[in-house]
Amino acid sequence: MRASSRADARRTWWWATPRSGGIAALALVVAVLPLGFANGYFYDVAIQAGLNSIICVGLNLLIGYAGQISLGHAGFFALGAYGSALLAARYGWPPSLALVTAVAGVALVAYCVGRPILRLKGHYLAMATLGFGVIVSIVLANDDRLTGGPDGMQVPPFALAGYVARSDHAWYAIVGACLLAAVWLAQNLVESPTGRALRALHTSEVAAAIAGIDCPRHKVNVFVVSAVFAAAAGGLTAYYAGFITPSSASFVRSVELVTMVVFGGMASTFGAVVGATVLTVLPQALTVLKEYELAVFGALLMATMVFLPRGVVPTLSGLLQRGTR
Amino acid sequence: MSAESLQFVAGGLTTGAIYALVALGFSIIFNASGVINFAQGEFVMIGGMSAATLFASGMALPVAIACAVGAAGIVGLMLAKFAVGRARRADVVTLIIITIGASMLLRGLAQIVWDKRIHALPSLSGHRPVELFGATILPQSLWVLAVTIAVVAMLSWFFGQTRLGKAMLATSYNRLAAELVGIDVRIVLLASFGLAAVLGAIAGVLIAPITFVSYDSGVMLGLKGFAAAILGGLGSFPGAVVGGLTLGLLESLAAGYLSSAYKDVIAFVVMLAVLLVMPGGILGARTSARV
Repeated sequence: MRASSRADARRTWWWATPRSGGIAALALVVAVLPLGFANGYFYDVAIQAGLNSIICVGLNLLIGYAGQISLGHAGFFALGAYGSALLAARYGWPPSLALVTAVAGVALVAYCVGRPILRLKGHYLAMATLGFGVIVSIVLANDDRLTGGPDGMQVPPFALAGYVARSDHAWYAIVGACLLAAVWLAQNLVESPTGRALRALHTSEVAAAIAGIDCPRHKVNVFVVSAVFAAAAGGLTAYYAGFITPSSASFVRSVELVTMVVFGGMASTFGAVVGATVLTVLPQALTVLKEYELAVFGALLMATMVFLPRGVVPTLSGLLQRGTR
Repeated sequence: MSAESLQFVAGGLTTGAIYALVALGFSIIFNASGVINFAQGEFVMIGGMSAATLFASGMALPVAIACAVGAAGIVGLMLAKFAVGRARRADVVTLIIITIGASMLLRGLAQIVWDKRIHALPSLSGHRPVELFGATILPQSLWVLAVTIAVVAMLSWFFGQTRLGKAMLATSYNRLAAELVGIDVRIVLLASFGLAAVLGAIAGVLIAPITFVSYDSGVMLGLKGFAAAILGGLGSFPGAVVGGLTLGLLESLAAGYLSSAYKDVIAFVVMLAVLLVMPGGILGARTSARV
């Protein structure tokens, strides 16, 4: 079995495997896309789509692969954003160090929160993560001496070794590189023994435990990883936008993130990227229908779950495979 | 008891009764179908908004309220029929996401049908506060408590005496056995959503004169109603009432004696603590994981 799969690996080219081929394709898209950008507005939308994609790639590891829901990831996003902003603005830390420290802090928070609540399942887990997110957003909105309260706070620009990132082009490059790194990390994780363990415990925790998988440890680890992705995107968002408000931690925002993952396709890293991109660009393209945004989002979410429960990308690629056969 | 603390208790019982009505809706749907309906808060909003706009358009208050409750019931039936019923065999995460989608859709539609403004509904009987042992109590608070007691009495009659109510209880105990004795579980699903929507709308009509109503006022009420259901024990009807009243009291006392800014945090901290320490809630069943 192992020998034959190794022989297969020798016969297939590295760029033709789904992992490297997909990343190469994504890199190509990221590199070529700016040629079609007419002005800064396009860059802005693309950067937001990239940042959302980073969060969703991480969240998909938790929801899609491990089958554990989180309705509180906006909380981690906001903690990453506020952590970076506070350290940089109030305490004068170098932005890059502030970002790394904030992300490490969020990892610690996620570990401490995840340890007890990931024992819960289904509805109870959804509610516990939701409660965490709501608590974060209320604390951020009320602790106005530190965070500026509901009005939000200013964030200094991102700088690294004397270079200050201000232009859209620089941010596009930073976010693009981070997105590629996120996808590469996620793909590696999915194809590692950890990834197999996550899929196993998704199917049946009892069966996985009997097979020798430490379910609680794996669940907490993937929870922390997804929180780190969200926090990193949060820190970058704070520096990019130069301004953050507590609404970035809201329940609605958490639901938006879950929508992106589910719409694009659960258990598909590229699905998460597609979902995040489509649902970031769509409201921008439909600004005429601003009033209908919420209703369209809700209808889309329901229709995806009822008619394409696996999401857009896995369903389409399944159809393609059946077509070529 | 001092007048001040009596004041807090009265306020707490009023909001607690509303939470109890919302929590009852959660438990009814959960029992009948195993679904947590994240659109429960939107039923509250639909009740309040419809009643407010119908009254503003010149309808008599009782008629407007009856129409609003009926409208919410129809929305509940449609949600069960066209969304949840179609994905019956889906896993928990899928069902959660469907009802979250429904709540967004309903909020979005409310924005379109009505607007983003805050609406008011007049009290059922005047605004002059009643003096009671030194505490001032709004007449609407007494209405909230009275109607909640009446609703709970009617529910216990419904589940104890009527065929449909008994069928719903039977389904919650054992779906397969219920189907075997000829209960149509699709009807049970429809009835549970309709009933939960009616309860939500009653809560919405009762609370609208006190806190006003807007297209998104259902979100927080829904979440707190769920917290109350968890606190009392998800799926237990007495638990929903006890959980709702306890949560309302805790919130009101915490706002009065600790910090009003962090009032909303209380519900979620309590809920997290209950989930971690006694996931069955105060009156919930003690269950162990089945393989």
